[in-house]
Amino acid sequence: MRLGLTDDQLAIKEVFAGFFGKESTPAVVRAAEPGGFDANLWRRVCETGAPGMGVAAGMGGGGASLGDLAVVAEEFGRNIAPIPLIDHQVAARTLASLGSARTDVTDGETIASLALRPAVDGSWWLVPGGSVAGVTIGLDGDELVAVESAPPASGPRNHAAQALADRSTTGARTVLASGDSARAAFDRASNEWKTLTAAALVGIGDQSLHMALDYVGTRIQFGKPIGAFQAVQQSLADLPILIDGGRLLAHKAAWAGDNEVAGIKGHLDIDDNDNSDFAVLAGMAFVFNADGAAHATDRALHFHGGYGFAEEYDIQLFYRRARGWALVYDDPSRECVRLADAIFGPRGSAA
Amino acid sequence: MDFELPAHVIEFRNTVKRIIREVVTPEMIDEMHTSGTFNSYALNRALAKEGLLERAVPGMGMGDPLELWILFNELEKSGAPYDGISTSIMVAGVVQQVGTEAQKKAVIPTVTSGEALVCMGYSEPDYGSDVASIVTRAVRDGDEFVINGAKMWTTMAHEAKWLILLTRTDTEVPKHKGLTMFILPMSTPGITVEPVHTMGTERTNATFYDNVRVPVDAVLGEINGGWRTMAVALAFERGVMGGTNVAVPLLRHFRKWAAQHIGNDGVRLIDDTLVRERLARIAIDNEVAKLLTQRSAWIAASGGLPGLEGSMTKVFASEAYQKAVRWCQQMAGPAGLLQFHEPTAAADGWIEYDSRHSPVTTIYGGTSEINRNNIAERHLGLPKAR
Repeated sequence: MRLGLTDDQLAIKEVFAGFFGKESTPAVVRAAEPGGFDANLWRRVCETGAPGMGVAAGMGGGGASLGDLAVVAEEFGRNIAPIPLIDHQVAARTLASLGSARTDVTDGETIASLALRPAVDGSWWLVPGGSVAGVTIGLDGDELVAVESAPPASGPRNHAAQALADRSTTGARTVLASGDSARAAFDRASNEWKTLTAAALVGIGDQSLHMALDYVGTRIQFGKPIGAFQAVQQSLADLPILIDGGRLLAHKAAWAGDNEVAGIKGHLDIDDNDNSDFAVLAGMAFVFNADGAAHATDRALHFHGGYGFAEEYDIQLFYRRARGWALVYDDPSRECVRLADAIFGPRGSAA
Repeated sequence: MDFELPAHVIEFRNTVKRIIREVVTPEMIDEMHTSGTFNSYALNRALAKEGLLERAVPGMGMGDPLELWILFNELEKSGAPYDGISTSIMVAGVVQQVGTEAQKKAVIPTVTSGEALVCMGYSEPDYGSDVASIVTRAVRDGDEFVINGAKMWTTMAHEAKWLILLTRTDTEVPKHKGLTMFILPMSTPGITVEPVHTMGTERTNATFYDNVRVPVDAVLGEINGGWRTMAVALAFERGVMGGTNVAVPLLRHFRKWAAQHIGNDGVRLIDDTLVRERLARIAIDNEVAKLLTQRSAWIAASGGLPGLEGSMTKVFASEAYQKAVRWCQQMAGPAGLLQFHEPTAAADGWIEYDSRHSPVTTIYGGTSEINRNNIAERHLGLPKAR
């Protein structure tokens, strides 16, 4: 048992904290709005190997675990990088796990993305990374397919300045799996996406807290820094609890996901609060961190006073992404209802 | 991160679970709610007989340090009467860490055999959160100290063999530097115990000290070093010793009842979306409360003192529990008003009980506000605001 990062992960954290801190500055983030994509940043991130680092080493990737990717995702979130890194990493892993690894995807030369909802009438709605992805993976009927087609280069303007777009299921189409195995592979990919998004939301929350602390330490009202007032302190003191709890939960989901790959099956006994089930933990991590990041950015913006509302201040960039990065999937409350099926059994089931 | 418990700790946990199955009966739990004394010597002895209590005492080196958390987490989840033994094991850990050899020899075996309890005298009628300002005086008289004053919330004082008592020994120095902790038998002449009954049924006490004479070697830790002894005790108390997963039995009780109960709209409660969302949210908070507790246990097991992490765990778990209780009582509707032994009570009366118990959890062991002050000052580096 070890509830801290490994030495390797500490090294990964240092590398990516440095990379995103230098390459994904607020100026870069702002310049990428409203499209939500910085092509130069994508080129630079490809040089780090991050796009394919979660692909098995035997398939030309970096062999990183989901736990390692969660470390990267937190730094990605901390710097709200305008690239679809999580979407791509999950898509690349999914292709590889189904025996369809592509060198151009592993290298990041072609951006891949995951449609979070099954196709309706030949279209996947609001695919994250969809405006720049050359390969889209998603459910189409009872098949999980990879569709290669030219990206539209722009998508709908949205709250989080995400690179979203609707994508067609037509194009150069590869069937990755069908029937039950398609559903299972899609669920696995969704759970990885929720886990890594949860970790990215931890990064958003933690960075917002630090921005709030910087501000309340220097903003003087009534003759002292506003951070000296208990009303401000008590409210800010909640945030590290949500952030630390959320990080532990995201990493537990990643651990359960890595166990599943290693053939170690998880289990769930809610009456005993004993839970190592990847799908349930991924959903929990998504819900808890969606709410946590929303709360953290809400408080951080609020304690900036009117300036927090001003476009000039960076906290609004985080506030919008804390909401958008989660809502591109779904309302956390609806995810809770789905979780209830897994935790308590479907409606109508026996006690 | 690796969340898997070591095999020997899983074995320890299985032993605790087995003893709970064998010893903790509905009658035992009923007796605790009737008497207000949340302690069972039968349970304590059964745990002691298999060596589990001595293994759990922090710093004794008898078991894996994670076992402290495991023991109380299992007891808490089961709904067993464990308040008496948890406080006692915690104080045994404090004695192990700062006590003299004679104190260790006198106190610890009586606790680890399941025969004796320890109660704690910290708060006073006029000093609760500001505990460093307490005024119970201990005055040196040759080889003895003479103690006079009064304490509040001395839970288990009517059962305990031992008492740890925070006193003021120096009034000329800043408040934190003039405190001394003692450990003494409750049978020492001059101590009286008055019951204080609570909304949550649990009985606590007010205790009074009238020229109580103790030898100098009853000092626990250093003379005027009482605040340091307090810090050790509080680090064990907040977040490791239980009190952080009490919403687990709440969820279990509610979910089982909701599967059998048709709500006012004619829908079985467990099938109602309004219920399902909230139950899932309670399950999520329970998982997070567990992880925060597990982190404190891991830090303690790695040789650290998880004071700050304990504050974080305590705030989160107690407030999440209160929210869960409010939801469960509301979801239960009128059945949530009915008490133990009423035939149509929600979850046999547990929901109503939890609604009476939960308010104290953000108060005892350090209020949410005191814990948030700790976090703000020591973790966030904000200026001291008091």
